[in-house]
Amino acid sequence: MDQAVTNRKPAVTRRFFSALFGSLTPADWLFKQSTLLFALAIAGSVVLIVVEMARNSTLTFEKFGWSFITRSVWNPVTDDFGALPFVYGTAVSSLIGLLIAVPVSIGVAVFLVETAPRKLATPISFVVQLLAAIPSVVYGLWGIFVLAPLLRDHVYPAIQSKLGFLPLFQGNPNGLGMLTAGIILSIMVVPIITSVTTDVMRAVPSFQREASLALGATKWEATLIILQNARSGITGAVILGLGRAVGETMAVTMLIGNRPEISASLFDPSFTIASAIANEFTEATSEVYRHALVELGLILFVITFAINVVARFLVWTATRGQGKAAHA
Amino acid sequence: MRSLWFRKLMSSSITLVTSVAACVVIGMLILILGYIGATGVSELSIGFLINEPKPIGEPGSGIAPAIVGSLVLIAIASAIGMPVGILGGLYLAEFASSRFGTALRFLIDTLTGVPSIIVGVFVWTVMVKPMGHFSALSGGVSLAIIMMPIVARTTEEMLRLVPDSMREGALALGAPVWRMSLGVVLRAAAGGVATGAMLAIARIAGETAPLLFTALNRNYMSTSISEPIASLTNQIYYYAGSPYEEWHSMAWAATLVLVSMILGINIVVRLLTRNRHQQ
Repeated sequence: MDQAVTNRKPAVTRRFFSALFGSLTPADWLFKQSTLLFALAIAGSVVLIVVEMARNSTLTFEKFGWSFITRSVWNPVTDDFGALPFVYGTAVSSLIGLLIAVPVSIGVAVFLVETAPRKLATPISFVVQLLAAIPSVVYGLWGIFVLAPLLRDHVYPAIQSKLGFLPLFQGNPNGLGMLTAGIILSIMVVPIITSVTTDVMRAVPSFQREASLALGATKWEATLIILQNARSGITGAVILGLGRAVGETMAVTMLIGNRPEISASLFDPSFTIASAIANEFTEATSEVYRHALVELGLILFVITFAINVVARFLVWTATRGQGKAAHA
Repeated sequence: MRSLWFRKLMSSSITLVTSVAACVVIGMLILILGYIGATGVSELSIGFLINEPKPIGEPGSGIAPAIVGSLVLIAIASAIGMPVGILGGLYLAEFASSRFGTALRFLIDTLTGVPSIIVGVFVWTVMVKPMGHFSALSGGVSLAIIMMPIVARTTEEMLRLVPDSMREGALALGAPVWRMSLGVVLRAAAGGVATGAMLAIARIAGETAPLLFTALNRNYMSTSISEPIASLTNQIYYYAGSPYEEWHSMAWAATLVLVSMILGINIVVRLLTRNRHQQ
């Protein structure tokens, strides 16, 4: 990138220029700084988001302090707010999503890396990625009119007749609730977990596989060695999926039933942080109410931030040296 | 040591199980897309695309304002997000020192991970609240914020693929650095940058959450950027939550339009970049 200043200016001027612009000409210096401005604008947005959200949640923070996170009341009429039901709903729905999505995604990844010939693996992984391209609101629509009735009429009664003695499956399943939201989330996070797991598995040196096969391992035993080598990266993939699930808004809002209560039953309606904001933000009449919702958003931001940092670090360590950047 | 036949059986059954997992996931996609296609196509007509919504019961209702609204929002988002994203990416690829670049990349990737609903809240606090009303502009800005980091990172990656010899060649011919960056490096990577930009458009076209309290929604045609505006995604959300059969079928038809557009972009990009994927 070095370019000497080649114009015939007196030495003093040249020294002045190089002190100010380095090895660049003034025009190039200006160009560099303006692109820097754009890069800073993007990076700065994140900082600004945090600052703005903190500024707009001062009222509830002053009123409830840290206990906001552990209180389980949510009463806009009396301006009494607590985040616990939403944090709970977010955590449980995401965990249900992962519980279903992780085995399936790892299965698909193993299929793509170990079983499918390259000619087949490429189109299949593209098709799996198309699932990620479908908008959240479309999953919500499909969930309301196809998935929820199906679960309500056939799946949930069956579960209840077998496992109804568990507190998890009691109550009156009307199709909209924690479990339905978890199931739709599982479909939505399969693509990200699959693609990152595939990358991570491909990053394991192939001599690992060759060595185990040479020692007489079966194909599955060799795959197991690969999976063991890739486990930190796969953990990263799963955590990335968690980050996706935690922030999902529309589909969950449309399917979780939206009631700020902590209930043991997975059939009962619940609420997540994202769906609470989507549902109530425009209706928030009092300033405190709105601050409560923004503080919920701030909590969500901190959670997704922590999740993404951990995940990106794990995936980066696993694919390092492969010349492949880990996409968060 | 377990017997060999057991281990072989185990191995083949795992192969079977993973194949089934792949089939299930593909089946899921076919199921969803098939349902959208089958349900949406019955409502779809030219009138549906070019008419304004009519009251329940009146025939010939359409979603033209939502289609136009989505296009306006995407145009605003692109007008802001593309230049910022591309030039920001250019800085990362061409100028950033390694430590400063890492810090910038970290923040930019963080922005990619921020849930879109939070972007909506942010834009509400910095634009809707001070301006006192919802507007297409604020909706476009929130989509731009989602778009910027995606465009910046794909641009950076694409610029890195341009061989240094091209840079050296341009400089050796006496081109200034800005000329080399824009006229040679960026031009050489234009195809890749464009496909990245298209994918970013496909991504924001499907966003609903950041529009809920920025662009809001409205039921008739509007192209004014200072007023609330309809969008396909918001319209689908609105129809889906309504109690009317008729609106439900309109939601499916609107979904068919939206999904065809988004998957269309994805597939076209894929076909254009196929050579790169086949290694």
